Amino acid sequence: MSVTSERTAVHPPPSRRPARLPAAPGRAARPRRTAGRVWPYLLVAPTVLGMLYLLVYPLARTVLISLQDFQLRQLIQGDARFVGLRNYATLLSDPRFWQVVRRTFLFMAVDVALIMLFATLVALVIERLGRIGRTAVLSALVMAWAMPVLAATTVFQWLFHSEFGIVNWALKELGFASFDRYPWFAHGPAAFVILVALIVWQSVPFAAITLYSALTTVPAELYESARIDGASAPRIIRTITFPLIRPIFMLVLSLEVIWTFKAFVQIWVMTNGGPGDATTILPVYAVQIALASQRYDLGSAVSMITVLMMATVLVLHFRQLFRQEGEAL
Amino acid sequence: MISVHRPRLRRLPVHAAAGVTIAVCLFPVYWMVVTAFEPNRDIQSDTPRLLPQTWTLDHFRNAVAADGFGLFWRNSILVTLSAVLLALAVALGASFAVARMRWRGRRAFILMVFIAQMAPWEALIIPIYIISRDTGMLDRLPTLTLIYFMMTLPFTIVVLRGFIAAIPPELEEAAQVDGCTRSAAFRHITFPLLAPGLMATSLFGYITAWNEFTYANFLIIKHQDSRTLPVWLSSFQNVFGTDWGATMAASTLFALPALAVFLLLQRHVTAGFAAGAVKG
Repeated sequence: MSVTSERTAVHPPPSRRPARLPAAPGRAARPRRTAGRVWPYLLVAPTVLGMLYLLVYPLARTVLISLQDFQLRQLIQGDARFVGLRNYATLLSDPRFWQVVRRTFLFMAVDVALIMLFATLVALVIERLGRIGRTAVLSALVMAWAMPVLAATTVFQWLFHSEFGIVNWALKELGFASFDRYPWFAHGPAAFVILVALIVWQSVPFAAITLYSALTTVPAELYESARIDGASAPRIIRTITFPLIRPIFMLVLSLEVIWTFKAFVQIWVMTNGGPGDATTILPVYAVQIALASQRYDLGSAVSMITVLMMATVLVLHFRQLFRQEGEAL
Repeated sequence: MISVHRPRLRRLPVHAAAGVTIAVCLFPVYWMVVTAFEPNRDIQSDTPRLLPQTWTLDHFRNAVAADGFGLFWRNSILVTLSAVLLALAVALGASFAVARMRWRGRRAFILMVFIAQMAPWEALIIPIYIISRDTGMLDRLPTLTLIYFMMTLPFTIVVLRGFIAAIPPELEEAAQVDGCTRSAAFRHITFPLLAPGLMATSLFGYITAWNEFTYANFLIIKHQDSRTLPVWLSSFQNVFGTDWGATMAASTLFALPALAVFLLLQRHVTAGFAAGAVKG
């Protein structure tokens, strides 16, 4: 400010300059004219329109269809009848639905627990490595991360192939003779395990890299003084590292919970929800009953229940997010 | 940082863990490439070789010669590029409005973007299928482009907002004081500084759209010529049955662009992604 006034004192400003100068040091930009006030709305209009048509409208349509009698006939003729909560009642009284819900939670819990455990360990390891080692591990993580979902899914099918898969060969060599030609995808629990392994393999890189970047923000002086005070390594992690990265940890955790639903692709391609129902989680179930048995109404009801479940996690996620960067908004 | 002064032996567990991490991360990728280059008799032998002794390009020939490979490749590129460019253009405006202007509804808009970033796409397949069917948009690439645009847009806005906010507004103001218009100031001052941000976000959009399978699978049904690579790859096994060499060659060809981009831009990836996805 003082620099500006000195400068204006030395060089008399052109006539229109004083009008602008008072605005400059204050807020980044203050609308000066009415036209200036319209601009932000014009700039965000395409985004808002896109969200309305591609997100809000389909979501509203899901709600509507879930309250209608909507099957193949209604899809073609378009004379769907309002039936209230009948579809939800049908679902909630179906033991198969509850089985899928339980399986969804189990799948989510196992995935997220393993992801967070491995990601934290990997992040701690990266932090303790020298420059070359760190680059090597980060590159490897990025490679796994960059692997397209479809390619990774196909490769995992090949790794666990019953006859020529390298996993069965390795297990056999290690002395587990029962894995000779073990058909992983024919057994429910085994297929479930492979899917969990695939999801964890694909998710750990993002979580580990994010947690590692959170670790680098912990000031080195804190560690130094803790070591001078004689704290052991596990104690340092528990009392200094973890409390400081806790916010990021919780953010990653809730992201991973939400992303479990994205496992739809892997499941659909690898097992189609099978064998039997062994790997059917809610989004898979929704598509199965909607597109396979033409019950669009029931499928939409399942989708709505999924959305509500995700919304619960999402609210927790946003509370964390806004606590984290409240002033940035 | 912590253990710089520790003796070598105590760092052994750390190095061992690092080695295991690298091996676990890379092995599936490595095995995909190796299988793609191995002749069939090695693939179908009782003892797999970790290091192949004979190499062959047969599987790649089979994969490329498969029905529609070039067409699906072109479709994927087309959809991906147009979705990413559209998202960048729209996001540039929105993130500028959010980062540089004060207006009523700004906070609500940001909240909406954050929510849209977490949109339950997996649960919207049914209504979007029905809407596309009703509006005659089934089996058409523009439908996919629009959906991929919306999938990548929120993230693009969030990251670009961060990058624009990091550029001091004084730079633009100085240019305006020197007689630039506001848009010219943005074009000449802010835009060039945004290059890394644009890079990171377009990378994300590119990967998302390139990989997307669900909508490509359920919205492109009858018109086989409009299919994209992920769907092609998923049906590849059905067509080629037990030809794992060709399947792995196809996977490699599909994964290659993504892997290459990630490796080339690794520094942007690790910094930009972590910052964008979590810190906003």
